[in-house]
Amino acid sequence: MSQVLIVAEHSGGQLSPATSKCVTCARGIPDAVITVAVLSDSGAGVAAQAAELEGVSKVLLVDNPANAQPLAAVLAPQVAALAKDCSHVLGTSTTFGKDLMPRVAALLGAPQLSDVMAVESANRFRRPVYAGNAIVTVEVPAGRQLVCTVRVASYDAAPEGGDAPVESIALDSALPRHTRFVSVSAPDSGRPDLQTASRVVSGGRAFGSKEKFESIYQLADKLGAAVGASRAAVDAGYAPNELQVGQTGKIIAPELYVAIGISGAIQHMTGIKDAKTIVAINKDPDAPIFEVADYGLVGDLFAILPELEKLV
Amino acid sequence: MQRIMVCVKRVIDYNVRVRVKPDGSGVVTEGVKMSINPFDEIALEEALRIKERGEATEVVAVSLGPDDAQQQLRTALAMGADRAILVKADAGLDPVTVSEALMALVRKESPDLVLLGKQAIDDDAAQTGQRLAALWDRPQASAASKIEVQGDWLRVTREVDAGLEVNEVDLPAVVTVDLRLNEPRYVKLPDIMKAKKKPLDATDLQALGVSVSEDLKVLKWDPPPQRSKGVMVKDAAELVDALKQKGLL
Repeated sequence: MSQVLIVAEHSGGQLSPATSKCVTCARGIPDAVITVAVLSDSGAGVAAQAAELEGVSKVLLVDNPANAQPLAAVLAPQVAALAKDCSHVLGTSTTFGKDLMPRVAALLGAPQLSDVMAVESANRFRRPVYAGNAIVTVEVPAGRQLVCTVRVASYDAAPEGGDAPVESIALDSALPRHTRFVSVSAPDSGRPDLQTASRVVSGGRAFGSKEKFESIYQLADKLGAAVGASRAAVDAGYAPNELQVGQTGKIIAPELYVAIGISGAIQHMTGIKDAKTIVAINKDPDAPIFEVADYGLVGDLFAILPELEKLV
Repeated sequence: MQRIMVCVKRVIDYNVRVRVKPDGSGVVTEGVKMSINPFDEIALEEALRIKERGEATEVVAVSLGPDDAQQQLRTALAMGADRAILVKADAGLDPVTVSEALMALVRKESPDLVLLGKQAIDDDAAQTGQRLAALWDRPQASAASKIEVQGDWLRVTREVDAGLEVNEVDLPAVVTVDLRLNEPRYVKLPDIMKAKKKPLDATDLQALGVSVSEDLKVLKWDPPPQRSKGVMVKDAAELVDALKQKGLL
């Protein structure tokens, strides 16, 4: 039997869909008994959401004022204490999990597999390396405790319908004061979240300026889509960095991805490989993005964008 | 602060299109250009800027790898690091071993700050900095896009999924850096000449008392599944029709 602990990611009282995808990954581990740990300052609501996910056996709730913000140095000793007897400890491969899980792994003295995209057995997994240009199959010794971050784009959300018990736990881990949270800028655009949106419209350097890039928001709003950007567009200052899609930005898997004025650098392709349908609009017929696009349209984006807006 | 330690990894240059060997035993490295991991290069640039502002006195570049990793350390010295340390080891060590070796170096060198990339572009593990911070029992700030030195603590802006997060960390600390922190300088020829005279010490894992972890065994390497090329449409109307037919609009 595999005792799997999943560290819940949440904000504003909402469980992240990324955690639900971790549950789906965990269900692929043979004979997994899945526990979700919610660390928060007032996590009852999040714990209740986690308890509803199918496949979850138990939810552990650790409420502590110190957990109001997701600081890895504060959370890691608590997760390590909860995970002591677990075979697998899973977190999301988002900035939250990437920050936290290696610290947990080091405290447990355990190896970590980052960006797990497939479970082959309790101790054999697949993950991408070299920006997705190679996939490795990795094995750990049977019975060795293992920490994983889960590549959320590789999994669907777990269905609801579960009814797991929630257990409140008080931990006496000594928590450090050497790391302090100051602020987070979370611009509330009113648009869907890039990482979990079913439709994404992305723009590249071809927009030429921040002002012209703005026109992409109108199309996105008509489609009910999240907005993304290539690294080139972000580096040029057309779009804020949290919109960056690609190896060094966000890896996404929407139903529909529309790439406008994006040539398709390898590092961008890495971020969209799991999109169900890719549409590319570019004036260069030789742009590499057309090699992976399900639908390609060659032309001037400033002419096509208004037409599209009218038609959808 | 006194000393900044910067970790630099030798990796396949980011411009090289990496290919899996036909026998699935790894990726093609013969005749391939090697460079400093670009994120580590940004970490080094930041260390140099901190020193140039008078907020640190020494920058030490360290690397774990084969003898050839000396080339990357020489580049680091040419950029402006004061001295370098090579821990001789096989390439492809897992982050457990690397972080333990770095911890051994931290004990010897007592840096006030350790800077490194948020990930290496070969194994994409993104673990080493955070693991080192845990072993050292010190703060970590990952994916930094701004670092402000405030005496014995740092104000670090981090790139997180929600946007930008600001943390304060007491020194000593480990900070991993993201792309937008800075743009690394170009190395000039006179600097390359000067770098040849700078100290580059070598040690190995055994001397540091670190054994190689073999928990993660790579069984095989596969090329990624390819997406097939789709169809070209002639205008916006045809595109919208096609998407509607597929039920996507």
